[in-house]
Amino acid sequence: MRTDAGKRPGDGRQLAIEARGLVKTFGETRALDGLDLTVPAGGVYGVLGPNGAGKTTALRILATLLPPDSGSARVLGHDVSADADAVRGKISLTGQFTSVDEELTGRENLILLGRLLGYRHTDAKLRAGQLLKALGLTDAGDRQAKHYSGGMRRRLDIAAGIVVTPSVMFLDEPTTGLDPRSRNQVWNIVRTLVARGTTVVLTTQYLDEADQLADRIAVIDHGRVIAEGTPGALKASVGSGTLRIRVQDPAQRFDAVRVLTEALDVEVQLESDPCALTARVDDSERSVHALGELMRAGMTPAEFALGQPSLDEVFLALTGHPAESAPDDEAAA
Amino acid sequence: MTTDVPASATREEPIDYDMLAALDAGERPGRAGGFSASMSHLYRAMLRVKHSPAQIIDVTLFPLIMLLMFTFLFGGALSDGDTGAYLQFFLPGVLVNTVLMITMYVGMGLSSDAEKGVFDRFRSLPMWRPSAIIGPLLADAFRYTMASIMMLTFGLILGYRAEGGVVGVVLAVLVLIVFAFCLSWLWTLVGLVMRSEKAVTAVSMMVLMPLTFASNVYVNPATMPGWLEAFVSVNPISHVVTVVRGLTSGAGVTTGQLGLVLAEAAALLLLFGPLTMRKYRTMN
Ligand SMILES: Nc1ncnc2c1ncn2[C@@H]1O[C@H](COP(=O)(O)OP(=O)(O)OP(=O)(O)O)[C@@H](O)[C@H]1O
Ligand SMILES: [Mg+2]
Repeated sequence: MRTDAGKRPGDGRQLAIEARGLVKTFGETRALDGLDLTVPAGGVYGVLGPNGAGKTTALRILATLLPPDSGSARVLGHDVSADADAVRGKISLTGQFTSVDEELTGRENLILLGRLLGYRHTDAKLRAGQLLKALGLTDAGDRQAKHYSGGMRRRLDIAAGIVVTPSVMFLDEPTTGLDPRSRNQVWNIVRTLVARGTTVVLTTQYLDEADQLADRIAVIDHGRVIAEGTPGALKASVGSGTLRIRVQDPAQRFDAVRVLTEALDVEVQLESDPCALTARVDDSERSVHALGELMRAGMTPAEFALGQPSLDEVFLALTGHPAESAPDDEAAA
Repeated sequence: MTTDVPASATREEPIDYDMLAALDAGERPGRAGGFSASMSHLYRAMLRVKHSPAQIIDVTLFPLIMLLMFTFLFGGALSDGDTGAYLQFFLPGVLVNTVLMITMYVGMGLSSDAEKGVFDRFRSLPMWRPSAIIGPLLADAFRYTMASIMMLTFGLILGYRAEGGVVGVVLAVLVLIVFAFCLSWLWTLVGLVMRSEKAVTAVSMMVLMPLTFASNVYVNPATMPGWLEAFVSVNPISHVVTVVRGLTSGAGVTTGQLGLVLAEAAALLLLFGPLTMRKYRTMN
């Protein structure tokens, strides 16, 4: 029955997702404001955006949970409104928050989903055992999900999403709140899924996550796509890296800005931390040189780091405004 | 299973054989039918009771408390000290009352579910959607049966005698459960619309309390002022009580009385069933 799941990235020209002009309003809030998305089949597609950008809303529309106010979307060729049931037969959605029944054990949750998807009880039981093993949850399988740690719960959520291997899997912020070890586990799961032929669409607030995992990224803000492309292209549009410096004394900051601006020949930004400065840099040699200048001027930094631009910086570069979340984002559950 | 990789993990595909095997084995089976999906949701409801058995307190202790309270607190006053006679009159009524009160739990359960991610998970499955509502309602039908058995057992202990015999009692409980099942669709709609357990409880109470009290459950309507008596006589709950009382007491019921109750039940189902499903489909 699996028709699309076997395709490898690059196979054919088929599109996993094609969304045009999606609009969704909740009262006064325009959660989606003409969102366009084109996701090729195979690989990982990252949807990157700050709190309240509309990531969850977009995923819920694509997973047929929410009708758009206007616009249209197709998943593997099926319209999400007209042909919702066909879409549901190809996808799975693992929401931002726990998507299992926490009163049930991990195993019971998986058996339940297996049965709902059409397995007989005994087959569902076997399947649950397989999945628990694959996700390292065998020992925890017979405990109620409410007693799971964050990482275990996330893995159970993912297991619940692959009871039947989906052709397209939506993962809404699968690693938010996880420690680095659990995050790596989730990343590995995603990579395995993709290697196996599933198209994964995941949302994240972290550029480095999108960078590690995604083949393409859409950056969204206020319900619109403001940039789209490969991680490399996206970063190149922002500058290849960022030099972050913390001076030892906030009083030194303005002197430091002067020295750095001169040495780097780029604009230096003040952060909200009164000791911190950042500058976009293109090559590390120049950064080292600038650090040397700073020390010569008697302002040995307390900390410094040369790294990827943060999501904030990408935002600043793309929109000209910092990535502040929508004012009512606390209400967005 | 997975090994620790530094944060700067390379893009190489990890070889996770358990995971690959699990994905390979994840062939999509033939779709579950509507009945099978409903049974799976029923299975979920049963598992929840297994994990917190306290949930059945309301169907065991609630009937007992109602019965004791009304028999001894009001029974004497309401029938000149003859609690035994009052029990004969009152038990079928309080049976109806108790079961109908329990129906509102389905709305509370659904609204608390709707707040959680598991609801999205179910809604994104390719399954027959009414099963997500029918399953819990079937589980509730068990609870209604349980509450009825409890009530009748306690009644027997206190001296209640059903002249209608086993057949009368079974038929009475059956009619009651059918009516309760249909009424439950009102609460499923309220549960999906209100989205807060407290609000659902408040609304259900506001509907049920006046309807159960302004009925023939507790006293003979002939003792009421005319306007109230008029209301009581059109109150569907009175109609159910009349049928249940007639069947259990052996006095019998007319086809008209039974037909009226079944028609009211069907009307509830046909009105609130589709409304519930529409809300289920389009909810945010
Ligand atoms: N059911 C809803 N009712 C009212 N407003 C909503 C609802 N869902 C989302 N919103 C609003 O729509 C906007 C976009 O929300 P959405 O959850 O899609 O953002 P997000 O990108 O997923 O954010 P986060 O990173 O916090 O998860 C927010 O302003 C949010 O308050
Ligand atoms: Mg979100």
